[in-house]
Amino acid sequence: MIKFENVTKAYPDGTVAVDGLNLEAPTGKLTILVGPSGCGKTTSLRMINRLIEPTSGTIYLDDQPTSGMDAALLRRRIGYVIQHAGLFPHRTIIDNVATMPVLLGESRQKARMKALELMERVGLPASFAKRYPWQLSGGQQQRVGVARALASDPAFMLMDEPFSAVDPVVRAQLQEEFLRLQREIGKTIIMVTHDIDEALKLGDQVAVMRVGGKLAQMATPSELLTSPADEFVADFVGRDRGYRSLGFTNSAGTVTVSEEAVVTIGASAAEAQSKATGAWVLVVDGGRKPLGWAQADLIKGELKREHLNLSGTSASSSGTMRQLLDAALSSPSRRGVVVNEHGELIGTVTATDVVKAIEAEPHLETAR
Amino acid sequence: MNFEWLGRQSDNIVFLLGWHVLLAVTPLILGLLIALPLGWWAHRSRRIYPLLVGVAGLLYTVPSLALFVLLPLVLGTKILDPLNIVAALTIYTVALLVRVVADALDSVPEDTVQAAKAMGYRGYQSLVKVELPVGVPVISAGLRVAAVSNVSLVSVAALLGIPQLGSLFTQGFQLRFFTPIIAGIILCVVLAMILDGLIILLNRWLTPWTPKVVAS
Ligand SMILES: Nc1ncnc2c1ncn2[C@@H]1O[C@H](COP(=O)(O)OP(=O)(O)OP(=O)(O)O)[C@@H](O)[C@H]1O
Ligand SMILES: [Mg+2]
Repeated sequence: MIKFENVTKAYPDGTVAVDGLNLEAPTGKLTILVGPSGCGKTTSLRMINRLIEPTSGTIYLDDQPTSGMDAALLRRRIGYVIQHAGLFPHRTIIDNVATMPVLLGESRQKARMKALELMERVGLPASFAKRYPWQLSGGQQQRVGVARALASDPAFMLMDEPFSAVDPVVRAQLQEEFLRLQREIGKTIIMVTHDIDEALKLGDQVAVMRVGGKLAQMATPSELLTSPADEFVADFVGRDRGYRSLGFTNSAGTVTVSEEAVVTIGASAAEAQSKATGAWVLVVDGGRKPLGWAQADLIKGELKREHLNLSGTSASSSGTMRQLLDAALSSPSRRGVVVNEHGELIGTVTATDVVKAIEAEPHLETAR
Repeated sequence: MNFEWLGRQSDNIVFLLGWHVLLAVTPLILGLLIALPLGWWAHRSRRIYPLLVGVAGLLYTVPSLALFVLLPLVLGTKILDPLNIVAALTIYTVALLVRVVADALDSVPEDTVQAAKAMGYRGYQSLVKVELPVGVPVISAGLRVAAVSNVSLVSVAALLGIPQLGSLFTQGFQLRFFTPIIAGIILCVVLAMILDGLIILLNRWLTPWTPKVVAS
Protein backbone atom coordinates (compact mmCIF):
# COMPACT_ATOMS: atom_id res chain seq x y z
CA MET A 1 0.00 0.00 0.00
CA ILE A 2 1.14 3.51 -0.81
CA LYS A 3 -0.51 6.30 1.14
CA PHE A 4 -0.37 10.09 0.76
CA GLU A 5 -1.29 12.01 3.89
CA ASN A 6 -1.82 15.72 3.44
CA VAL A 7 1.08 15.95 1.00
CA THR A 8 1.93 19.37 -0.38
CA LYS A 9 4.71 20.37 -2.73
CA ALA A 10 5.55 24.01 -3.31
CA TYR A 11 8.50 24.64 -5.62
CA PRO A 12 11.02 27.33 -4.64
CA ASP A 13 9.50 29.69 -7.24
CA GLY A 14 6.17 29.52 -5.39
CA THR A 15 4.34 27.12 -7.73
CA VAL A 16 2.14 24.85 -5.65
CA ALA A 17 2.29 21.66 -7.69
CA VAL A 18 0.51 19.39 -5.22
CA ASP A 19 -1.85 20.72 -2.56
CA GLY A 20 -2.91 18.67 0.47
CA LEU A 21 -3.11 15.36 -1.36
CA ASN A 22 -4.71 12.43 0.46
CA LEU A 23 -4.69 9.20 -1.46
CA GLU A 24 -4.34 5.51 -0.90
CA ALA A 25 -3.13 3.02 -3.50
CA PRO A 26 -4.15 -0.43 -2.23
CA THR A 27 -1.80 -3.39 -2.32
CA GLY A 28 -1.90 -5.41 -5.52
CA LYS A 29 -4.01 -2.84 -7.36
CA LEU A 30 -3.34 -0.48 -10.23
CA THR A 31 -4.10 3.11 -9.24
CA ILE A 32 -4.04 5.74 -11.93
CA LEU A 33 -3.35 9.45 -11.52
CA VAL A 34 -4.97 11.37 -14.32
CA GLY A 35 -5.56 15.04 -14.96
CA PRO A 36 -4.79 17.93 -17.29
CA SER A 37 -1.22 18.96 -18.04
CA GLY A 38 0.52 20.64 -15.12
CA CYS A 39 -1.86 19.39 -12.43
CA GLY A 40 0.97 17.80 -10.45
CA LYS A 41 0.83 14.14 -11.47
CA THR A 42 4.54 13.69 -12.12
CA THR A 43 5.39 15.66 -8.99
CA SER A 44 3.14 13.37 -6.91
CA LEU A 45 4.69 10.26 -8.41
CA ARG A 46 8.26 11.41 -7.91
CA MET A 47 7.62 12.29 -4.30
CA ILE A 48 6.93 8.62 -3.60
CA ASN A 49 10.51 7.52 -4.34
CA ARG A 50 11.81 10.87 -3.18
CA LEU A 51 13.17 12.10 -6.46
CA ILE A 52 11.29 15.15 -5.17
CA GLU A 53 10.92 15.86 -1.46
CA PRO A 54 7.47 16.96 -0.23
CA THR A 55 7.22 20.40 1.37
CA SER A 56 4.86 19.00 3.99
CA GLY A 57 2.84 15.89 4.69
CA THR A 58 3.86 12.25 4.80
CA ILE A 59 3.98 9.43 2.29
CA TYR A 60 3.77 5.88 3.64
CA LEU A 61 4.95 2.67 2.06
CA ASP A 62 3.17 -0.19 3.82
CA ASP A 63 2.55 2.07 6.83
CA GLN A 64 6.18 3.21 7.09
CA PRO A 65 6.84 6.89 6.45
CA THR A 66 9.30 7.24 3.56
CA SER A 67 10.85 10.38 5.00
CA GLY A 68 12.89 8.40 7.52
CA MET A 69 14.29 5.94 4.96
CA ASP A 70 17.58 6.05 3.10
CA ALA A 71 16.50 7.45 -0.27
CA ALA A 72 18.65 5.10 -2.39
CA LEU A 73 17.48 2.02 -0.47
CA LEU A 74 13.87 3.21 -0.75
CA ARG A 75 14.23 3.56 -4.53
CA ARG A 76 15.64 0.06 -4.84
CA ARG A 77 12.36 -1.29 -3.45
CA ILE A 78 10.32 0.47 -6.12
CA GLY A 79 10.26 -0.21 -9.84
CA TYR A 80 10.14 3.01 -11.86
CA VAL A 81 9.12 3.29 -15.49
CA ILE A 82 10.07 6.62 -16.97
CA GLN A 83 8.38 8.48 -19.79
CA HIS A 84 10.28 7.79 -23.05
CA ALA A 85 11.79 4.74 -21.29
CA GLY A 86 14.99 6.57 -20.18
CA LEU A 87 17.17 3.57 -20.94
CA PHE A 88 20.92 3.63 -20.34
CA PRO A 89 22.33 4.27 -23.82
CA HIS A 90 25.68 2.65 -23.00
CA ARG A 91 24.27 -0.68 -21.88
CA THR A 92 22.90 -3.54 -23.92
CA ILE A 93 19.22 -4.34 -23.54
CA ILE A 94 19.94 -7.30 -21.30
CA ASP A 95 22.20 -5.22 -19.06
CA ASN A 96 19.63 -2.44 -18.92
CA VAL A 97 17.10 -4.95 -17.64
CA ALA A 98 19.65 -6.45 -15.24
CA THR A 99 20.44 -3.05 -13.67
CA MET A 100 18.53 -3.38 -10.42
CA PRO A 101 19.45 -7.00 -9.59
CA VAL A 102 23.14 -6.17 -10.13
CA LEU A 103 22.77 -3.09 -7.96
CA LEU A 104 21.16 -5.24 -5.28
CA GLY A 105 24.25 -7.46 -5.27
CA GLU A 106 23.26 -10.33 -7.51
CA SER A 107 25.97 -11.84 -9.74
CA ARG A 108 25.99 -10.49 -13.29
CA GLN A 109 25.34 -13.94 -14.70
CA LYS A 110 22.30 -14.61 -12.53
CA ALA A 111 20.98 -11.12 -13.14
CA ARG A 112 21.28 -11.64 -16.90
CA MET A 113 19.40 -14.91 -16.75
CA LYS A 114 16.61 -13.20 -14.88
CA ALA A 115 16.71 -10.37 -17.40
CA LEU A 116 16.28 -12.79 -20.30
CA GLU A 117 13.19 -14.27 -18.65
CA LEU A 118 11.72 -10.82 -18.15
CA MET A 119 12.43 -9.82 -21.72
CA GLU A 120 10.42 -12.80 -22.86
CA ARG A 121 7.68 -11.89 -20.44
CA VAL A 122 7.22 -8.42 -21.89
CA GLY A 123 7.36 -9.73 -25.44
CA LEU A 124 10.94 -8.97 -26.44
CA PRO A 125 12.80 -11.64 -28.45
CA ALA A 126 16.02 -12.97 -26.92
CA SER A 127 17.84 -11.80 -30.05
CA PHE A 128 17.49 -8.23 -28.73
CA ALA A 129 19.61 -9.02 -25.66
CA LYS A 130 22.89 -7.83 -27.18
CA ARG A 131 21.45 -4.76 -28.89
CA TYR A 132 21.79 -1.21 -27.66
CA PRO A 133 18.79 1.05 -26.95
CA TRP A 134 19.20 3.15 -30.10
CA GLN A 135 18.68 0.00 -32.17
CA LEU A 136 15.11 -0.42 -30.85
CA SER A 137 11.83 1.26 -31.81
CA GLY A 138 10.02 3.47 -29.30
CA GLY A 139 7.56 0.72 -28.43
CA GLN A 140 10.31 -1.83 -27.91
CA GLN A 141 12.24 0.59 -25.71
CA GLN A 142 9.10 1.13 -23.67
CA ARG A 143 8.90 -2.63 -23.11
CA VAL A 144 12.51 -2.69 -21.98
CA GLY A 145 11.63 0.09 -19.54
CA VAL A 146 8.87 -2.04 -18.06
CA ALA A 147 11.10 -5.13 -17.90
CA ARG A 148 13.84 -3.11 -16.19
CA ALA A 149 11.42 -1.89 -13.53
CA LEU A 150 10.23 -5.44 -12.91
CA ALA A 151 13.66 -7.04 -12.77
CA SER A 152 14.18 -6.85 -9.03
CA ASP A 153 10.60 -8.11 -8.49
CA PRO A 154 9.70 -5.00 -6.47
CA ALA A 155 6.43 -4.91 -4.56
CA PHE A 156 5.76 -1.39 -5.82
CA MET A 157 5.84 0.13 -9.29
CA LEU A 158 5.63 3.75 -10.39
CA MET A 159 4.94 4.43 -14.03
CA ASP A 160 5.01 7.90 -15.59
CA GLU A 161 3.10 7.92 -18.87
CA PRO A 162 4.68 4.60 -19.83
CA PHE A 163 2.78 4.23 -23.10
CA SER A 164 2.71 7.81 -24.31
CA ALA A 165 5.67 7.77 -26.66
CA VAL A 166 4.19 5.29 -29.12
CA ASP A 167 1.49 5.34 -31.80
CA PRO A 168 -2.11 4.43 -30.86
CA VAL A 169 -1.96 0.90 -32.29
CA VAL A 170 1.22 -0.02 -30.40
CA ARG A 171 -0.12 1.74 -27.33
CA ALA A 172 -3.28 -0.37 -27.31
CA GLN A 173 -1.15 -3.48 -27.72
CA LEU A 174 1.20 -2.50 -24.88
CA GLN A 175 -1.79 -1.72 -22.66
CA GLU A 176 -3.34 -5.13 -23.31
CA GLU A 177 -0.07 -6.91 -22.61
CA PHE A 178 0.46 -4.88 -19.50
CA LEU A 179 -3.01 -5.68 -18.16
CA ARG A 180 -2.38 -9.37 -18.73
CA LEU A 181 0.99 -9.10 -16.97
CA GLN A 182 -0.48 -7.22 -14.01
CA ARG A 183 -3.14 -9.90 -13.60
CA GLU A 184 -0.30 -12.39 -13.15
CA ILE A 185 2.04 -10.38 -10.96
CA GLY A 186 -0.42 -8.25 -8.95
CA LYS A 187 1.97 -5.41 -8.07
CA THR A 188 0.99 -2.29 -6.19
CA ILE A 189 1.19 0.21 -9.01
CA ILE A 190 0.68 3.93 -9.38
CA MET A 191 0.57 5.02 -13.00
CA VAL A 192 0.39 8.55 -14.34
CA THR A 193 -1.34 9.45 -17.58
CA HIS A 194 -3.13 12.43 -19.04
CA ASP A 195 -5.20 10.15 -21.27
CA ILE A 196 -8.56 9.50 -19.58
CA ASP A 197 -9.30 6.57 -21.87
CA GLU A 198 -6.09 4.87 -20.81
CA ALA A 199 -6.97 5.56 -17.17
CA LEU A 200 -10.44 4.06 -17.51
CA LYS A 201 -9.15 1.07 -19.45
CA LEU A 202 -6.31 0.12 -17.12
CA GLY A 203 -7.10 1.40 -13.65
CA ASP A 204 -8.56 -0.55 -10.77
CA GLN A 205 -9.14 2.89 -9.40
CA VAL A 206 -8.58 6.31 -10.87
CA ALA A 207 -7.60 9.52 -9.10
CA VAL A 208 -8.59 12.58 -11.10
CA MET A 209 -6.50 15.64 -10.26
CA ARG A 210 -7.21 19.24 -11.13
CA VAL A 211 -4.74 22.04 -11.84
CA GLY A 212 -3.34 23.33 -8.58
CA GLY A 213 -2.55 19.82 -7.44
CA LYS A 214 -5.83 18.96 -5.74
CA LEU A 215 -7.58 15.61 -5.88
CA ALA A 216 -10.95 16.02 -7.60
CA GLN A 217 -12.23 12.46 -7.30
CA MET A 218 -10.96 8.99 -6.54
CA ALA A 219 -13.17 6.17 -7.79
CA THR A 220 -13.36 3.06 -9.92
CA PRO A 221 -13.58 3.68 -13.68
CA SER A 222 -17.27 2.86 -13.85
CA GLU A 223 -18.10 5.07 -10.87
CA LEU A 224 -16.27 7.95 -12.55
CA LEU A 225 -18.40 7.50 -15.64
CA THR A 226 -21.72 7.01 -13.88
CA SER A 227 -21.35 9.41 -10.97
CA PRO A 228 -18.70 12.08 -11.48
CA ALA A 229 -18.24 14.16 -8.32
CA ASP A 230 -18.48 17.53 -10.01
CA GLU A 231 -18.54 19.36 -13.30
CA PHE A 232 -14.76 19.30 -13.70
CA VAL A 233 -14.63 15.51 -13.42
CA ALA A 234 -17.67 15.11 -15.66
CA ASP A 235 -16.03 17.32 -18.27
CA PHE A 236 -12.69 15.59 -17.98
CA VAL A 237 -14.17 12.13 -18.23
CA GLY A 238 -15.76 13.20 -21.46
CA ARG A 239 -18.93 13.88 -23.39
CA ASP A 240 -19.83 10.36 -24.46
CA ARG A 241 -19.37 8.91 -20.99
CA GLY A 242 -22.86 7.38 -21.11
CA TYR A 243 -21.85 5.21 -24.01
CA ARG A 244 -18.37 4.58 -22.64
CA SER A 245 -19.69 3.46 -19.27
CA LEU A 246 -21.19 0.52 -21.14
CA GLY A 247 -17.58 -0.57 -21.49
CA PHE A 248 -17.64 -1.36 -17.77
CA THR A 249 -21.06 -3.05 -17.74
CA ASN A 250 -20.95 -6.79 -17.82
CA SER A 251 -23.34 -8.27 -20.35
CA ALA A 252 -23.20 -11.88 -19.17
CA GLY A 253 -26.64 -13.40 -18.92
CA THR A 254 -28.56 -10.18 -19.40
CA VAL A 255 -28.82 -10.06 -23.18
CA THR A 256 -30.83 -12.59 -25.16
CA VAL A 257 -28.59 -14.31 -27.73
CA SER A 258 -30.49 -15.70 -30.75
CA GLU A 259 -29.50 -18.79 -32.69
CA GLU A 260 -28.00 -18.14 -36.08
CA ALA A 261 -27.94 -20.56 -38.99
CA VAL A 262 -24.46 -20.96 -40.45
CA VAL A 263 -22.69 -22.26 -43.55
CA THR A 264 -19.07 -23.21 -44.22
CA ILE A 265 -16.74 -22.32 -47.09
CA GLY A 266 -17.66 -24.45 -50.12
CA ALA A 267 -21.41 -24.44 -49.42
CA SER A 268 -23.61 -24.21 -52.50
CA ALA A 269 -25.44 -21.02 -53.47
CA ALA A 270 -28.74 -22.74 -52.77
CA GLU A 271 -27.73 -23.76 -49.24
CA ALA A 272 -26.51 -20.26 -48.49
CA GLN A 273 -29.78 -18.80 -49.75
CA SER A 274 -31.84 -21.15 -47.59
CA LYS A 275 -29.81 -20.44 -44.42
CA ALA A 276 -29.70 -16.67 -44.88
CA THR A 277 -31.81 -14.39 -42.73
CA GLY A 278 -32.50 -11.32 -44.83
CA ALA A 279 -29.65 -10.83 -47.31
CA TRP A 280 -26.84 -12.12 -45.09
CA VAL A 281 -25.62 -15.52 -43.98
CA LEU A 282 -22.94 -16.16 -41.34
CA VAL A 283 -19.93 -18.23 -42.44
CA VAL A 284 -17.94 -20.31 -39.92
CA ASP A 285 -15.02 -22.70 -40.17
CA GLY A 286 -15.02 -26.39 -39.25
CA GLY A 287 -14.67 -25.55 -35.56
CA ARG A 288 -17.66 -23.15 -35.56
CA LYS A 289 -15.35 -20.13 -35.40
CA PRO A 290 -16.97 -17.20 -37.25
CA LEU A 291 -15.18 -16.17 -40.47
CA GLY A 292 -17.46 -13.40 -41.70
CA TRP A 293 -20.76 -12.56 -43.34
CA ALA A 294 -21.71 -13.35 -46.97
CA GLN A 295 -24.47 -11.86 -49.11
CA ALA A 296 -26.35 -15.01 -50.19
CA ASP A 297 -27.73 -13.84 -53.53
CA LEU A 298 -24.28 -12.77 -54.76
CA ILE A 299 -22.90 -16.32 -54.54
CA LYS A 300 -22.53 -18.06 -57.89
CA GLY A 301 -21.76 -21.78 -57.75
CA GLU A 302 -20.18 -22.30 -54.35
CA LEU A 303 -19.26 -20.04 -51.37
CA LYS A 304 -15.65 -18.83 -51.55
CA ARG A 305 -13.49 -16.75 -49.22
CA GLU A 306 -13.73 -13.71 -51.44
CA HIS A 307 -17.45 -13.52 -50.69
CA LEU A 308 -16.73 -12.78 -47.03
CA ASN A 309 -17.43 -9.37 -45.56
CA LEU A 310 -15.06 -8.92 -42.61
CA SER A 311 -16.28 -5.59 -41.23
CA GLY A 312 -18.15 -6.97 -38.21
CA THR A 313 -16.48 -7.26 -34.80
CA SER A 314 -17.35 -10.14 -32.51
CA ALA A 315 -18.13 -9.95 -28.81
CA SER A 316 -17.40 -12.44 -26.08
CA SER A 317 -20.41 -13.73 -24.18
CA SER A 318 -18.66 -12.65 -20.99
CA GLY A 319 -17.76 -9.25 -22.46
CA THR A 320 -19.20 -5.81 -21.85
CA MET A 321 -22.37 -4.18 -23.15
CA ARG A 322 -20.19 -1.91 -25.22
CA GLN A 323 -18.58 -4.84 -27.04
CA LEU A 324 -21.97 -6.41 -27.73
CA LEU A 325 -23.42 -3.15 -29.01
CA ASP A 326 -20.35 -2.57 -31.14
CA ALA A 327 -20.61 -6.06 -32.60
CA ALA A 328 -24.22 -5.42 -33.60
CA LEU A 329 -23.56 -1.95 -35.01
CA SER A 330 -20.47 -2.97 -36.98
CA SER A 331 -22.06 -6.06 -38.52
CA PRO A 332 -23.25 -5.70 -42.13
CA SER A 333 -26.31 -7.80 -41.20
CA ARG A 334 -26.87 -5.66 -38.07
CA ARG A 335 -26.68 -8.90 -36.09
CA GLY A 336 -23.66 -8.97 -33.75
CA VAL A 337 -21.66 -12.18 -33.51
CA VAL A 338 -21.29 -13.57 -29.97
CA VAL A 339 -18.62 -16.16 -29.22
CA ASN A 340 -17.57 -18.16 -26.16
CA GLU A 341 -14.15 -18.03 -24.53
CA HIS A 342 -12.75 -20.41 -27.19
CA GLY A 343 -13.92 -18.12 -29.98
CA GLU A 344 -16.72 -20.52 -31.04
CA LEU A 345 -20.06 -19.14 -32.16
CA ILE A 346 -22.87 -18.96 -29.60
CA GLY A 347 -25.32 -16.85 -31.60
CA THR A 348 -26.10 -13.25 -32.55
CA VAL A 349 -27.61 -10.21 -30.91
CA THR A 350 -29.22 -7.09 -32.36
CA ALA A 351 -28.66 -3.56 -31.07
CA THR A 352 -32.28 -3.62 -29.90
CA ASP A 353 -31.59 -6.71 -27.76
CA VAL A 354 -28.65 -4.94 -26.11
CA VAL A 355 -30.50 -1.67 -25.53
CA LYS A 356 -33.44 -3.58 -24.02
CA ALA A 357 -31.07 -5.27 -21.58
CA ILE A 358 -29.55 -1.90 -20.67
CA GLU A 359 -32.96 -0.33 -20.09
CA ALA A 360 -34.15 -3.25 -18.01
CA GLU A 361 -31.26 -2.86 -15.58
CA PRO A 362 -30.43 0.77 -14.75
CA HIS A 363 -27.87 -0.18 -12.12
CA LEU A 364 -26.06 -3.03 -13.75
CA GLU A 365 -23.25 -4.94 -12.10
CA THR A 366 -19.90 -3.64 -13.25
CA ALA A 367 -17.40 -5.79 -15.07
CA ARG A 368 -14.74 -5.53 -12.40
CA MET B 1 68.01 15.40 -46.31
CA ASN B 2 71.25 13.99 -45.05
CA PHE B 3 70.42 10.37 -44.31
CA GLU B 4 73.93 9.54 -43.26
CA TRP B 5 73.64 12.14 -40.47
CA LEU B 6 70.28 10.70 -39.46
CA GLY B 7 71.81 7.23 -39.25
CA ARG B 8 74.58 8.44 -36.99
CA GLN B 9 72.17 10.39 -34.82
CA SER B 10 69.50 7.68 -34.59
CA ASP B 11 70.27 6.84 -30.95
CA ASN B 12 70.01 10.46 -29.97
CA ILE B 13 66.79 10.95 -31.95
CA VAL B 14 65.15 7.96 -30.26
CA PHE B 15 66.24 9.40 -26.90
CA LEU B 16 64.68 12.78 -27.77
CA LEU B 17 61.52 11.08 -29.01
CA GLY B 18 61.22 9.15 -25.75
CA TRP B 19 61.44 12.34 -23.73
CA HIS B 20 58.97 14.02 -26.00
CA VAL B 21 56.43 11.26 -25.47
CA LEU B 22 56.99 11.33 -21.72
CA LEU B 23 56.68 15.13 -21.51
CA ALA B 24 53.52 15.19 -23.63
CA VAL B 25 51.65 12.15 -22.29
CA THR B 26 52.28 12.50 -18.54
CA PRO B 27 50.56 15.91 -18.36
CA LEU B 28 47.74 14.55 -20.48
CA ILE B 29 46.98 11.84 -17.94
CA LEU B 30 47.57 14.05 -14.90
CA GLY B 31 45.50 16.82 -16.45
CA LEU B 32 42.60 14.48 -17.11
CA LEU B 33 42.71 13.16 -13.55
CA ILE B 34 42.59 16.70 -12.16
CA ALA B 35 39.99 17.91 -14.66
CA LEU B 36 37.56 15.11 -13.81
CA PRO B 37 36.64 16.31 -10.31
CA LEU B 38 36.87 19.98 -11.31
CA GLY B 39 34.65 19.40 -14.34
CA TRP B 40 32.21 17.47 -12.20
CA TRP B 41 32.12 20.39 -9.79
CA ALA B 42 31.50 22.85 -12.62
CA HIS B 43 28.76 20.56 -13.93
CA ARG B 44 27.10 20.33 -10.54
CA SER B 45 27.05 24.00 -9.70
CA ARG B 46 25.70 26.63 -12.08
CA ARG B 47 27.63 29.27 -10.13
CA ILE B 48 30.96 27.48 -10.21
CA TYR B 49 30.78 26.69 -13.94
CA PRO B 50 31.43 30.21 -15.31
CA LEU B 51 34.11 30.76 -12.67
CA LEU B 52 36.05 27.56 -13.37
CA VAL B 53 35.64 27.76 -17.14
CA GLY B 54 36.60 31.44 -17.08
CA VAL B 55 39.76 30.86 -15.06
CA ALA B 56 40.63 27.89 -17.26
CA GLY B 57 40.26 30.02 -20.38
CA LEU B 58 42.52 32.69 -18.88
CA LEU B 59 45.17 30.13 -17.97
CA TYR B 60 45.16 28.86 -21.51
CA THR B 61 46.04 32.32 -22.84
CA VAL B 62 49.25 32.57 -20.74
CA PRO B 63 52.14 32.09 -23.21
CA SER B 64 53.80 28.74 -22.68
CA LEU B 65 57.31 30.14 -22.54
CA ALA B 66 56.26 32.53 -19.78
CA LEU B 67 54.79 29.65 -17.84
CA PHE B 68 57.94 27.54 -18.30
CA VAL B 69 60.01 30.40 -16.88
CA LEU B 70 57.59 31.39 -14.12
CA LEU B 71 56.87 27.94 -12.75
CA PRO B 72 60.34 27.33 -11.25
CA LEU B 73 59.77 30.45 -9.14
CA VAL B 74 56.48 29.03 -7.88
CA LEU B 75 57.53 25.40 -7.56
CA GLY B 76 61.07 26.07 -6.35
CA THR B 77 62.46 23.81 -9.08
CA LYS B 78 65.55 24.47 -11.23
CA ILE B 79 64.80 26.16 -14.54
CA LEU B 80 66.10 23.13 -16.47
CA ASP B 81 63.99 20.65 -14.51
CA PRO B 82 61.64 18.72 -16.88
CA LEU B 83 59.11 18.84 -14.03
CA ASN B 84 58.40 22.44 -15.03
CA ILE B 85 57.29 21.28 -18.45
CA VAL B 86 55.10 18.57 -16.96
CA ALA B 87 53.53 21.06 -14.55
CA ALA B 88 52.97 23.68 -17.23
CA LEU B 89 51.40 21.27 -19.69
CA THR B 90 49.26 19.78 -16.93
CA ILE B 91 47.90 23.26 -16.32
CA TYR B 92 47.09 23.66 -20.02
CA THR B 93 45.48 20.24 -20.15
CA VAL B 94 43.37 20.97 -17.11
CA ALA B 95 42.42 24.34 -18.58
CA LEU B 96 41.25 22.60 -21.73
CA LEU B 97 39.56 19.63 -20.11
CA VAL B 98 37.64 21.24 -17.22
CA ARG B 99 35.13 22.62 -19.64
CA VAL B 100 35.18 19.42 -21.69
CA VAL B 101 34.38 17.25 -18.66
CA ALA B 102 31.64 19.63 -17.50
CA ASP B 103 30.11 19.64 -20.99
CA ALA B 104 30.45 15.86 -21.23
CA LEU B 105 28.48 15.42 -18.03
CA ASP B 106 25.96 18.02 -19.22
CA SER B 107 25.57 16.01 -22.43
CA VAL B 108 24.17 12.99 -20.59
CA PRO B 109 20.41 13.00 -21.23
CA GLU B 110 18.40 14.12 -18.19
CA ASP B 111 16.19 11.02 -18.56
CA THR B 112 19.25 8.81 -18.18
CA VAL B 113 20.43 10.58 -15.04
CA GLN B 114 16.94 10.47 -13.54
CA ALA B 115 16.66 6.78 -14.40
CA ALA B 116 19.91 6.04 -12.58
CA LYS B 117 18.74 7.94 -9.55
CA ALA B 118 15.32 6.27 -9.59
CA MET B 119 16.89 2.81 -9.81
CA GLY B 120 18.66 3.57 -6.54
CA TYR B 121 22.17 4.50 -7.69
CA ARG B 122 23.87 6.75 -5.19
CA GLY B 123 25.50 9.93 -6.49
CA TYR B 124 28.99 8.49 -6.98
CA GLN B 125 27.63 5.24 -8.45
CA SER B 126 25.63 7.16 -11.00
CA LEU B 127 28.71 9.24 -11.86
CA VAL B 128 31.04 6.28 -12.30
CA LYS B 129 28.65 3.75 -13.82
CA VAL B 130 26.39 5.95 -15.91
CA GLU B 131 27.33 9.59 -16.39
CA LEU B 132 31.06 9.27 -17.10
CA PRO B 133 30.67 6.27 -19.44
CA VAL B 134 27.95 8.10 -21.38
CA GLY B 135 30.16 11.22 -21.48
CA VAL B 136 33.19 9.36 -22.89
CA PRO B 137 32.73 10.49 -26.53
CA VAL B 138 32.77 14.16 -25.53
CA ILE B 139 35.76 13.66 -23.22
CA SER B 140 37.68 11.78 -25.93
CA ALA B 141 37.11 14.60 -28.39
CA GLY B 142 38.59 17.07 -25.87
CA LEU B 143 41.43 14.71 -25.06
CA ARG B 144 42.41 14.55 -28.75
CA VAL B 145 42.75 18.34 -28.88
CA ALA B 146 44.79 18.34 -25.67
CA ALA B 147 47.07 15.55 -26.92
CA VAL B 148 47.95 17.30 -30.18
CA SER B 149 48.35 20.62 -28.40
CA ASN B 150 50.70 19.05 -25.85
CA VAL B 151 52.91 17.48 -28.51
CA SER B 152 53.44 20.84 -30.14
CA LEU B 153 53.81 22.76 -26.86
CA VAL B 154 56.55 20.43 -25.62
CA SER B 155 58.79 21.60 -28.48
CA VAL B 156 58.87 25.08 -27.01
CA ALA B 157 60.82 23.66 -24.07
CA ALA B 158 63.80 23.35 -26.42
CA LEU B 159 64.41 27.05 -25.88
CA LEU B 160 65.15 26.16 -22.24
CA GLY B 161 67.45 23.33 -23.26
CA ILE B 162 65.28 20.50 -22.04
CA PRO B 163 65.81 17.56 -24.38
CA GLN B 164 62.93 16.46 -26.65
CA LEU B 165 62.18 16.63 -30.39
CA GLY B 166 62.25 20.44 -30.26
CA SER B 167 65.97 20.16 -29.56
CA LEU B 168 66.37 19.07 -33.18
CA PHE B 169 65.02 22.47 -34.26
CA THR B 170 67.46 24.47 -32.16
CA GLN B 171 70.27 22.20 -33.26
CA GLY B 172 69.33 22.69 -36.93
CA PHE B 173 69.11 26.45 -36.60
CA GLN B 174 72.47 26.69 -34.88
CA LEU B 175 74.18 24.55 -37.53
CA ARG B 176 72.20 26.06 -40.48
CA PHE B 177 71.43 22.43 -41.29
CA PHE B 178 67.92 21.39 -42.36
CA THR B 179 67.98 17.64 -41.82
CA PRO B 180 67.31 17.71 -38.05
CA ILE B 181 64.63 20.35 -38.49
CA ILE B 182 62.75 18.28 -41.07
CA ALA B 183 63.21 15.10 -39.02
CA GLY B 184 61.88 16.92 -35.93
CA ILE B 185 58.81 18.22 -37.74
CA ILE B 186 57.99 14.84 -39.26
CA LEU B 187 58.40 13.03 -35.93
CA CYS B 188 56.23 15.61 -34.13
CA VAL B 189 53.46 15.24 -36.69
CA VAL B 190 53.67 11.44 -36.66
CA LEU B 191 53.66 11.39 -32.86
CA ALA B 192 50.61 13.65 -32.74
CA MET B 193 48.83 11.44 -35.25
CA ILE B 194 49.67 8.28 -33.31
CA LEU B 195 48.43 9.72 -30.02
CA ASP B 196 45.30 10.95 -31.76
CA GLY B 197 44.76 7.50 -33.26
CA LEU B 198 45.27 5.81 -29.90
CA ILE B 199 42.63 8.03 -28.30
CA ILE B 200 40.24 7.26 -31.16
CA LEU B 201 40.81 3.53 -30.62
CA LEU B 202 40.39 3.86 -26.88
CA ASN B 203 37.15 5.75 -27.43
CA ARG B 204 35.89 3.06 -29.79
CA TRP B 205 36.75 0.38 -27.28
CA LEU B 206 34.96 2.23 -24.48
CA THR B 207 31.86 3.11 -26.49
CA PRO B 208 30.70 0.07 -28.45
CA TRP B 209 27.22 1.46 -27.90
CA THR B 210 27.38 4.58 -30.08
CA PRO B 211 25.49 4.45 -33.37
CA LYS B 212 27.99 3.61 -36.09
CA VAL B 213 28.15 6.59 -38.39
CA VAL B 214 29.40 5.97 -41.91
CA ALA B 215 33.11 6.93 -42.13
CA SER B 216 33.50 10.31 -40.47
N1 LIG C 1 11.26 22.19 -10.80
C1 LIG C 1 10.13 22.94 -10.84
N2 LIG C 1 10.15 24.22 -10.43
C2 LIG C 1 9.02 24.97 -10.47
N3 LIG C 1 7.82 24.54 -10.89
C3 LIG C 1 7.74 23.26 -11.31
C4 LIG C 1 8.89 22.39 -11.32
N4 LIG C 1 8.51 21.19 -11.80
C5 LIG C 1 7.20 21.30 -12.08
N5 LIG C 1 6.74 22.54 -11.79
C6 LIG C 1 5.35 23.02 -11.93
O1 LIG C 1 4.52 22.25 -11.09
C7 LIG C 1 3.30 21.97 -11.72
C8 LIG C 1 3.04 20.47 -11.77
O2 LIG C 1 4.03 19.86 -12.59
P1 LIG C 1 4.00 18.32 -12.95
O3 LIG C 1 5.20 18.03 -13.76
O4 LIG C 1 3.81 17.54 -11.71
O5 LIG C 1 2.70 18.24 -13.85
P2 LIG C 1 2.06 16.99 -14.60
O6 LIG C 1 0.70 16.82 -14.03
O7 LIG C 1 2.97 15.83 -14.57
O8 LIG C 1 1.91 17.56 -16.07
P3 LIG C 1 2.13 16.84 -17.49
O9 LIG C 1 0.88 16.07 -17.78
O10 LIG C 1 2.27 18.00 -18.43
O11 LIG C 1 3.35 16.00 -17.39
C9 LIG C 1 3.36 22.63 -13.08
O12 LIG C 1 2.70 23.85 -13.01
C10 LIG C 1 4.81 22.83 -13.32
O13 LIG C 1 5.06 23.94 -14.12
MG1 LIG D 1 4.16 14.72 -16.08
